[in-house]
Amino acid sequence: MGDNFTMRLPKPKGLYLDRSKTITFVFAGKHYQGLQGDSIASALAANNERLLSRSFKYHRPRGILTMAGRDANTLVQVEDEPNVRADTYAITEGLEVFAQNVYGSLENDWGRFIEHIGRFLPVGFYYKAFYKPKGIWKYWDTIIRNFAGLGKVDVNATPYASDKAYRFCDVVVIGGGPAGLSAALQAANAGAEVILVDENQLLGGSLNYVRFNSNNSQTLLTREKLVNAVTNHPAINIYTNAMCTGWFADNWLAIMCEQRMLKLRSQVVVAATGSIEQPAIFRNNDLPGVMLGSAAQRLIYLYGVAPGKLAVVLTGNDDGYGVALDLIDSGIEVQAIVEMRTTPSHSSLAAAINAKNIRILQGYTVYEAIPGAGKRSITHAVIHQISSEGTVNENSHKIACDLICMSAGYTPAAQLLCHSGGQLKYDEADAILKVTQLPAHGQSVAAGSLNSVFEIDAVLADGKYAGWLAATNAGFPNNEPANVPHHVGAQGQNYPWPIFPHPKGRDFIDVDEDLQVKDIVNAVKDGYDDLELVKRYSTVVMGPSQGRQSALNNMRLVTKEANRSLNGITITTQRPPYSPEFIQHLVGKAFQPVKHTAIHYRHLECNAQMMSAGLWLRPAYYGNPENKDTCIEKENLAVRNNVGIVDVSTLGKLEIRGPDAAEFLNRMYTFAYAKQLIHRSRYVLMTDSTGVIIDDGVACRLGEHHFYVTATTGGVDGVYRNMLRWNTEWNLNLDIANVTAAYAAVNLAGPNSRDVLSCLTDDIELSAQQFSDMEVRTGHIAKIPARILRVGFVGELGYEIHVPANQGEALWDALMKTGEEFEIRPFGVEAQRLLRLEKGHIIVNQDTDGLTIPQETNMGWAIAQKKPFYMGKRAIDVMSARSLDRLLVGFTMPSDAPLPEECNLVVNNNEITGRVTSVAYSPTLKSIIGLAFVSPDQSEIGKQFNIKLSNSAIVKATVCPTPFYDPENKRQEM
Amino acid sequence: MPFSLLKYGFSKVHPSERHFQNLAELKSSYDVVIVGGGGHGLATAYYLAKQWGITNVAVLEKGYLAGGNTARNTAIIRSNYLTPEGVRFYDESIKLFQNLSNEFDYNILYSERGHLTLAHTDAAMRTSRWRAEVNKHLGVNSEVVYPDELAKLCPHLNLSQKVRYPIMGALHHPPGAIARHDAVAWGYARGASDRGVEIHTHTEVTGFNFENGRVIGVKTNRGDIRCGKVLQAVAGLSSEVSKLAGFKLPIKSIPLQACVSEPVKPFLDIIVVSGSLHVYVSQSSRGELVMGSASDPYPLYSTRSTLEFKEELMMHLLELFPFVGKLKLLRQWAGTADMTPDFSPVMGITPIQNYYIDAGWGTWGFKATPVCGTRMAETLATDKVPDLIKPFELERFYRFDQLGERGAASVGH
Ligand SMILES: Cc1cc2nc3c(=O)[nH]c(=O)nc-3n(C[C@H](O)[C@H](O)[C@H](O)COP(=O)(O)OP(=O)(O)OC[C@H]3O[C@@H](n4cnc5c(N)ncnc54)[C@H](O)[C@@H]3O)c2cc1C
Repeated sequence: MGDNFTMRLPKPKGLYLDRSKTITFVFAGKHYQGLQGDSIASALAANNERLLSRSFKYHRPRGILTMAGRDANTLVQVEDEPNVRADTYAITEGLEVFAQNVYGSLENDWGRFIEHIGRFLPVGFYYKAFYKPKGIWKYWDTIIRNFAGLGKVDVNATPYASDKAYRFCDVVVIGGGPAGLSAALQAANAGAEVILVDENQLLGGSLNYVRFNSNNSQTLLTREKLVNAVTNHPAINIYTNAMCTGWFADNWLAIMCEQRMLKLRSQVVVAATGSIEQPAIFRNNDLPGVMLGSAAQRLIYLYGVAPGKLAVVLTGNDDGYGVALDLIDSGIEVQAIVEMRTTPSHSSLAAAINAKNIRILQGYTVYEAIPGAGKRSITHAVIHQISSEGTVNENSHKIACDLICMSAGYTPAAQLLCHSGGQLKYDEADAILKVTQLPAHGQSVAAGSLNSVFEIDAVLADGKYAGWLAATNAGFPNNEPANVPHHVGAQGQNYPWPIFPHPKGRDFIDVDEDLQVKDIVNAVKDGYDDLELVKRYSTVVMGPSQGRQSALNNMRLVTKEANRSLNGITITTQRPPYSPEFIQHLVGKAFQPVKHTAIHYRHLECNAQMMSAGLWLRPAYYGNPENKDTCIEKENLAVRNNVGIVDVSTLGKLEIRGPDAAEFLNRMYTFAYAKQLIHRSRYVLMTDSTGVIIDDGVACRLGEHHFYVTATTGGVDGVYRNMLRWNTEWNLNLDIANVTAAYAAVNLAGPNSRDVLSCLTDDIELSAQQFSDMEVRTGHIAKIPARILRVGFVGELGYEIHVPANQGEALWDALMKTGEEFEIRPFGVEAQRLLRLEKGHIIVNQDTDGLTIPQETNMGWAIAQKKPFYMGKRAIDVMSARSLDRLLVGFTMPSDAPLPEECNLVVNNNEITGRVTSVAYSPTLKSIIGLAFVSPDQSEIGKQFNIKLSNSAIVKATVCPTPFYDPENKRQEM
Repeated sequence: MPFSLLKYGFSKVHPSERHFQNLAELKSSYDVVIVGGGGHGLATAYYLAKQWGITNVAVLEKGYLAGGNTARNTAIIRSNYLTPEGVRFYDESIKLFQNLSNEFDYNILYSERGHLTLAHTDAAMRTSRWRAEVNKHLGVNSEVVYPDELAKLCPHLNLSQKVRYPIMGALHHPPGAIARHDAVAWGYARGASDRGVEIHTHTEVTGFNFENGRVIGVKTNRGDIRCGKVLQAVAGLSSEVSKLAGFKLPIKSIPLQACVSEPVKPFLDIIVVSGSLHVYVSQSSRGELVMGSASDPYPLYSTRSTLEFKEELMMHLLELFPFVGKLKLLRQWAGTADMTPDFSPVMGITPIQNYYIDAGWGTWGFKATPVCGTRMAETLATDKVPDLIKPFELERFYRFDQLGERGAASVGH
């Protein structure tokens, strides 16, 4: 297609462009055409559209500033994505782009009237007003909130897919500019495996758009050569369009690619992230048409777009001359070079400009840009002679232009370095921030302009050196490159004071946050004179670009106002991410583990309603939710009158083996285990060092040196961790294994359970005499090797059968099949909770809380007083020597009383004395039963106490002994 | 346009009103030295001067003004605690907060948003009810709500049952609020400074001088000073500073991280906390989502950020608000939480005479800034520990008399 854009430049400009494809997109309601490879901003610039957004506070028109995705001026909304950087976001066919944070339209934003009241909105204005009369802030808050915020979140947006990948390498190089390319090459040649990461679509960095000398062909050749060598190197893995956003401890990097986050661990990191060009401060320096020199160059070289037609170049270093040459090459008329320095530049770039007879105003600055209609462009630059640091005199010119390019200096892109411990300090001699400390204990290197090296040959050499050092430190010794120009510094790169406050203001220090010079000055006057305080009070550097274009000038201004020296000053703390990260990218494919027991699918076949128990899923009950209560009641009665079966595979299971196993249990649990007989089980109760109950279960002694211990579903991981930790300290002779998931387990309970089981075993004697309560056997059930425990959590004759997990389903099937003739019924957690309540058993963490000691729950019996030590003993001894302030008691209420809810309070004369911990209607006992904490004087059996219901009504409950059901334990011991 | 802003527009020079003096020299002696210029130290200084007329006071801060946890917290204010002692204490703080802007003549941007603690398990529902019942009993507005009500309170919350941990209900606490954390500290600093209190930043306390078991002076990087009384209010460094003074605290310092998104237009009014999912989120007046989680799993004095923290947090955030995937995270940071075993603070006297302590604020101490300030000032001025803070004395740990707030404090700062 023919190139019919007025601003579009011919080849070879436009590295990113595929000129064969035209793309139509919509911006702020209008259709535009661009080329494949264009960003939103470059395509608009090619259409001579400069207005991209409105500013945060004053709604001033804004356009391209950096062309590098580094400023808030280009924030737009793309479909459901807020805060898109229009200068780097590629256009696609039919893309719909909206202006954000405007009232009315982008062109005609009535929010701009805020600017007219701007003088009434001093720095920190919201601290100074809106609270009188009392209560009024509520209304202002809503108004201010609606004005704040940038783009919009689409609450109907659907999540998009992304994932994460892991990478490892010897040397990672961040930044694919000249320094990074030569570092990667050198390290790879030394034998290191290298990963090279760059945020742009093409390698080359500044080689792609910066004119290092008057004859640019040299730069292009260097680029060709380096990029080819790197691309073809088998040991270099290249990631472009990849933004390293965080550098965490031990060289752990987060890298954001298009649909994926890479997490990369590298031996050594080479940071070659370059530097960020800094603006100059003058009146209206924020309007469309005022941009960084490097932004103009990026537009020209990368996107083939002329940044304007009539230009003024403001410079304080030699790079401005390169910019001017590029403008001229692109057919743009350069009206003048406004040179802030007083002495002429001797660079070859300046010589080339002189040869073209371009006017150079030495010792001058742009003092003001004159806006065009609606401030959507500029028409003139007002130039004044500089009289002293930051001030100008009356010698002035007004020069017509639609473009002002600024080359005032750089600041190192050191954010990543600083994430993991690097440091920057201001060097007054060079007026630049320099890296003074590297992170990662010698396992990192900085190279290139990040390292204050700017001249191209020096940059290449510095990169090479960094590659050598990195490879060496990663374990690949190689020959140190010769002729490293360590002495080459940043001299002359930064103009020391490019800040020219204007009496009429609009001299922006921070365009993101709409902060002018006076705002910073006044913040200091208000007493906020630490850099960190200025930041917090004024919000300078806190906007979307996180101070990339404002931190340097801000620190200059603040130290001057506060009468402090700049030398050695460090910037405010840098925090990840380097560049904003999509929340979805951080999430990837959400990993939310679910644990299924071996019998899971049988439950589903039986129409179980599943509930979460930690990571596990367990049947709550079997049947339809409409009939929940009847289902639970039927399950309850089946256990009481016949036989029921419950999957208890989620119980924690620990194998403790070794000569010191019993001693270990003695220390970990409150009870005594030394004399426990083989083939018997015993209750275990664990308390923490403050005596608080944290878990319970049973310990089965399977051999002299072997215990099989159960723990609660939710508690086992903590118990196991605890055990490992303590055994590391005690160093006893034993071994601990968490075998929770290795065993499946069911509890077969009810008066008919023995009959069912007897059909399925021929090596275990089941009679009450041979296998009594609290005994343990190993043998076979349905030919499956099993551990069988007679325990009575639900209060009936019962067998807990533990089998290898892969046999769990077979066990279940065998029991269900054999149980058929007895009308066996599976029961769930709900019925189990009710059954144990009838039996008066507590559930740790439901009937106990973060402070419950055994005595309060009547479990003094589970404490072996004579033991010299167990975890929590000291605390329990201290506490049991004084009177308790609460006790857990059983209570009943008539069946027609209102059913309290768990955690309703127990009160006494309006004082809280306790709470209900468990409560239910018992179909077996035909009354309401429960457990509650009460004060000791309320705890006497037969006494009544008050429960305060959720609706504040008071109901009476009567203390009664537990177990509520079968107090003599006859049914369990059958 | 409020009247108070007119003067800024109409005066030629900025009506300069230095909010606090930065003094060059330390005096040789003060009646009270407060170690730590965070919100708590500054608030105590303010109330000492304002309520008790004690103004020969120095606040010594090793970094910049209120740059510790006060500068890093997510500013959630609530009183829906679990123990009656806790509820009464934090409720007094809320009442002080509500009047603070007017008292200071400085807007702390106190924004009453309401606060939801989501419950995804039976156990969490029980804890919610427990807190609601205790709160209501003590006159604090909290109620258990169920999904139908939640849909109204937080219209964009994902109430689907088809997620890993469906929401069963929540504890709703209408007085829950956020405020501008820095402004609270600055308001106190200004009020204290106006009344003669000296605030010395970049002044680190490196030790103490004693006489007969009494503290009589403070060593600093700028020289020694004498003093009548010392208040230690150093949050994350509590155990280290008490070590300098010669006693031990049952406090571990654990990193606590937080992060913010880029600013967007308001879509979330209420503060949402999920203990089970380890996430809490509110939307600030600037439009940023302010988010955090439980503290890190191990003790550390470094305030580094980690990647794992945000991966985990964002995963859970997306479960609650599945549409924010394309929103971007702007900044993350960390502070150091001074964690007690029972999740309640430590206030009052210490084994050393004239040496007072204010510590153990863990992940939840910002909201206590006003009440802790008044009550510690009272303690220092009268030498009597007020009943309201008596239950929080250090002694309780020697007696195993803990004040269990874990159920109400672990994630829901
Ligand atoms: C990420 C995060 C989120 C949080 N979110 C919340 C929340 O939402 N709600 C809530 O209520 N709480 C929250 N908190 C907790 C809250 O921030 C703190 O409990 C509270 O700020 C403590 O205030 P402070 O004044 O005691 O401590 P700090 O503000 O930490 O002040 C202590 C000061 O002591 C100084 N210091 C230390 N040692 C010395 C020394 N030797 N000499 C001189 N000065 C010294 C420190 O530099 C520091 O400035 C959060 C904390 C963090 C880290």
